[in-house]
Amino acid sequence: MQKRGAFPWAGSILAVATCVTIYWTTGQFMLSAAALIVWLCTLWLAYWTPPEIQRVTEVEAYDVQRVSRLIENSGAPILVTSRNRIIVANQMARKVLGAHVIEQDARVAFRQPEAIALIDQRATGRARIRGVARRRDVWLFNRQQLDDDLAVIELINQTAEEDISRAHTDFVANASHELRTPLASIIGYVETLLEGEPPATPEIRQKFLGTILNEANRLQGLVSDLMSLSRIEAEKHDRPQEIVLLKPLIEKASMDAAGLERQPRLDFQLDADPTVSGDPRQLEQLVRNLVDNALKYGDPAKPVTIALSTTDNQEAKLAVIDRGDGIAKEHLPHLTRRFYRTDPGRSRASGGTGLGLAIVKHIVERHAGRLDITSQQGQGSTFTVRIPLNEVSPENV
Amino acid sequence: MSEHTVKAFDEDITRLRGLIAEMGGLAELSIQEALDAMIRGDDELAEGVILRDKKIDAIEAEVDKLAVRIIALRAPMADDLREVIAALKIAGVVERIGDYSKNIAKRVGKIEGRGTFEPLTLLPAMGEIAAEMVHDVLTAYAARDPVLAREVIATDEKVDAFYNSIFRNVVSYMVENPKLISSAAQLLFVARNIERIGDHATNVAEMVHFAATGYYPPDEDSA
Repeated sequence: MQKRGAFPWAGSILAVATCVTIYWTTGQFMLSAAALIVWLCTLWLAYWTPPEIQRVTEVEAYDVQRVSRLIENSGAPILVTSRNRIIVANQMARKVLGAHVIEQDARVAFRQPEAIALIDQRATGRARIRGVARRRDVWLFNRQQLDDDLAVIELINQTAEEDISRAHTDFVANASHELRTPLASIIGYVETLLEGEPPATPEIRQKFLGTILNEANRLQGLVSDLMSLSRIEAEKHDRPQEIVLLKPLIEKASMDAAGLERQPRLDFQLDADPTVSGDPRQLEQLVRNLVDNALKYGDPAKPVTIALSTTDNQEAKLAVIDRGDGIAKEHLPHLTRRFYRTDPGRSRASGGTGLGLAIVKHIVERHAGRLDITSQQGQGSTFTVRIPLNEVSPENV
Repeated sequence: MSEHTVKAFDEDITRLRGLIAEMGGLAELSIQEALDAMIRGDDELAEGVILRDKKIDAIEAEVDKLAVRIIALRAPMADDLREVIAALKIAGVVERIGDYSKNIAKRVGKIEGRGTFEPLTLLPAMGEIAAEMVHDVLTAYAARDPVLAREVIATDEKVDAFYNSIFRNVVSYMVENPKLISSAAQLLFVARNIERIGDHATNVAEMVHFAATGYYPPDEDSA
């Protein structure tokens, strides 16, 4: 609809007055009449055409329909509230919060006190809130008041960042705990030996020294594991280039891991002779850790199978299969976490550092491979490593 | 819920639900902070929890007033009436949950020798489950979701099992460490409070189920 401004009375009067003056001074009626008509016509036209600026302000400030189409496919959950009632929730918001939040009070969707403070004051601002969809997640809640009624709420997921920083602090806490435990017992035994009153008998002395040696060895193992873990992490992004013959490497590393006593339990099924590009020392460590674990946690009376084959996907596949108690399902996803233990007492008693599988996982990742763990309780576990084959065929090596 | 002819009624119900959610949010935070304060021995955090309870009480009073006003002025029927009655009852229960958190916070200063007090390490796992229940039941309320409500009810068993195991643990700890009996006794009360929080979350779940469906969940045998 065209809107009219005020009728230009002042302009019309000025036009008439000017033309009358022209007629008086010049006496030319036709000329002054023509000038008057043209002048009035321009005024008339201007009167009907709405001014340009006015049209812009005439568009409704926030068209809800249009805004909802605009935000619908955004990757972040976005909601529009009118007087703190949710009127629009985009696709992501409906997924995260549930479709039921539409037409509800904003406080039903965000019951965290920090968010409610912003909602209640109709304020523009940000807050970090927990437990929007699940109890442990963390979101940045960003509310912008648009006009008296409308406000936009945007959510930014920060759970991952939070997890990373927590994992880091957990790691430091765990590492210092793990390092301190053997140190504390070493100090304790040495103090007893030094200050023992009366002095310890040779037998007790021998026993204490044995314990000290054990703990010191554990400490050494832990430090070297931590070192290799951080070294692998540091080189994570450059693919190793050396060409490695897997079969002899696996045989040698398995024998090393088993030691003379446990060697008879090894059951090799090396059906292929693949080459991969990799870091031989790291691959040796990978095999050692897997075989050592299998021998340690498998049934001592039963063999550990080490199978090597190639897959159709141009991968070398190493499977280390033990026969023992197996691992409970709930532990499987956490096994490669640092210092994660399914049974702390048993793992420490057998001299584990809690880092073995974390190292394996990092080595596999560095070789662009995959680690799969399957386990059947009461039967045993299978650790499968797949590493892409080297393009060069073995004959050319 | 379908729209009503009287727009003001819709607005009242929405506000009522908003208030319940706000209360629930405060109670949820209180549980978490009370447990954190208990485990870390943080007196300031505990103080905050105790102060927050006043706010929860104030909102409960507001819910009561609003619910009574809705009933008096609008005479709601069927699911609307259920909604209002459930809100009234849920507000009372959530307020109790807040009280239990406050009670836990009040006991923070009474635990001695925190660094070496082993039974303290048993609490977080139990508290975690109870807090999870409260979170889920509030989500179920917001979504009017009877299925989630029934899941919450089923979880209560776990909290009860935890309570029994903590009870046995703490009692045997008392026998071995007579010096710390008073701290251990405090801890028993804390465990008891957490167990009650779980029970109350179950009660809320039952009312959510009632408001959504019109009947209480079938196997109703909680404490």
